Amino acid sequence: MPCIEARGLRKVFGTTIALDGVDLRVEEGRILGLIGPNGAGKTTALNAILGLTTFQGELKVLGRDPWTERDQLMRDVCFIADVAVLPRWMRVSQALDYVAGVHPRFDRPKAEGFLAKTAIKCGSKVRELSKGMVTQLHLALVMAIDASLLVLDEPTLGLDILYRKQFYDSLLNDYFDRTRTIVVTTHQVEEIQHVLTDLMFIDRGRIVLECSMEEFESRYLEVMVHPEHVAAARALQPIHERQVFGRSILLFDQADRHQLTALGDVRTPSIADVFVAVMGNRVAEAAPGAAR
Amino acid sequence: MTTESNVAPETPLETTAVATAALSATRPLYWSVRRELWENRSIYIAPLAAAAVVLFGFTVHALVRASRTRTVRALDPAQQYAAIVMPYSMAATMIMVTALVVGAFYCVDALYSERRDRSILFWKSLPVSDLMAVLSKASIPLVVLPLIAFAASVATQLAMLVLPVRGVGTGMQWTAPPLLEMWFVMIYGLTVHALWHAPLYGWLLLVSAWARRTPLLWAVLPPVALGVVERIVFQTSHFASLMRYRVAGAMTEAFDLKPKGGAMIRLTQLDPLGFLTSPGLWVGLLFAAAFLAAAARLRRRGEPI
Repeated sequence: MPCIEARGLRKVFGTTIALDGVDLRVEEGRILGLIGPNGAGKTTALNAILGLTTFQGELKVLGRDPWTERDQLMRDVCFIADVAVLPRWMRVSQALDYVAGVHPRFDRPKAEGFLAKTAIKCGSKVRELSKGMVTQLHLALVMAIDASLLVLDEPTLGLDILYRKQFYDSLLNDYFDRTRTIVVTTHQVEEIQHVLTDLMFIDRGRIVLECSMEEFESRYLEVMVHPEHVAAARALQPIHERQVFGRSILLFDQADRHQLTALGDVRTPSIADVFVAVMGNRVAEAAPGAAR
Repeated sequence: MTTESNVAPETPLETTAVATAALSATRPLYWSVRRELWENRSIYIAPLAAAAVVLFGFTVHALVRASRTRTVRALDPAQQYAAIVMPYSMAATMIMVTALVVGAFYCVDALYSERRDRSILFWKSLPVSDLMAVLSKASIPLVVLPLIAFAASVATQLAMLVLPVRGVGTGMQWTAPPLLEMWFVMIYGLTVHALWHAPLYGWLLLVSAWARRTPLLWAVLPPVALGVVERIVFQTSHFASLMRYRVAGAMTEAFDLKPKGGAMIRLTQLDPLGFLTSPGLWVGLLFAAAFLAAAARLRRRGEPI
């Protein structure tokens, strides 16, 4: 049974189409990155998956309809919807007490173990903690819940680089065990490249790219072209070209690696570069006649 | 004999199953109510503060006016009884009115503030249903506040017995107030008022779940506007009297206050049968259930604002 399965998922707010017939299938044990520009429909898709909003079309999460069976679903699904949603009046000890009280799958010693590795004190109130510490607290609570699906919507927004790195490290080392599924959206794409197993680009309510990271690595190649080969490289129809320190970097989709090696240094591009290329081409398609 | 032995092993299993089901429902409810008390400490601080103010007031009063209260001796027995009971009754009334006010303000804010501070996204990430959340919030004015008001009143009255606050000064033969009777009347009064006011709390919670800003104004202004419009268009005031009946009606429906002016309520003045047969009670409870169900539905779709 796939963890998430959607067919023709649609959501309209007034005249705005937030989701325009999304088909989606996430298998158990994957870490999916949902990447898209602001207003692309990422949060709407996650809200539909979490049963926070109504939707049209078919959607099953762990075999359940998230809107009509939300109460049962929330025993197996956990999410961090945004940074700073922990109530500011709450004490750390109260947060532990409360989650232990209402969640049958919460492992309190485990959460306390995570907290012991941080500078967070049990008696502190959330409002006294820094933004990074609030995120650490929320992550400690969530990681101590034995859930099948964890959804993270911009979990590291506004955090400094140390906290962001630590966040994904502990997620991978202390939580992910290949039976759990994680769906994450973020704008800090470069930091999650090594974390993800699957990748999805979403734009204007539609999925524009969907592949596993292995596919991504074999499909996309970036070449720093030797100046004398630029014309030859351009003839191979790169999907994107940019200049760095006077040298051309060309991005290819499904090109022959051997052919490219002759033209310059070949490497796997970053998700961010492919994202820019794919989105840039979509903008160009949408406005024909405009410059590339 | 055989039937018994067949039945016997099944029963404990069934009871455990029922007990587990009940436990799995009461546990989240218990913790949800506790978290309301963590967040809204005014729920217990306000009644305790009212009790402290009352105690302080009566202590000062007794010290300052000790000489004048001697005149009580000249009163007839009924008036003497009233003079003895009055301070105790007044103390309890002040504490219970405080609890009513706290309950109303709590309800207006309960489902609004969790959307405003975005914490609704945290509460919704845990396996507590929207109905459970709304019921736990409704239980604050319906169950928790009456219990706190009762405990605070009893403690205050016991303190008044010890402190020189008897209302009637020294010199007069001291008569103990009928505290047990008063406590019984208090429990009755708190229960009937909670049931009677349930639709009001339900309405406040509904507005709190719906309003995107200023829930207090949305809760109060539409009923006031309705009353004013009725007055202007039809020159009647049915809606206003309906509101008055809903706010104060429990006193006339649940108590038999025949001797007018006699403010002290005694056991003989309770009218539980009249209360239970009052259509106002049941219509009100229906409205309360509808308002709470609607509030739970709204919370379902509730987003941070």
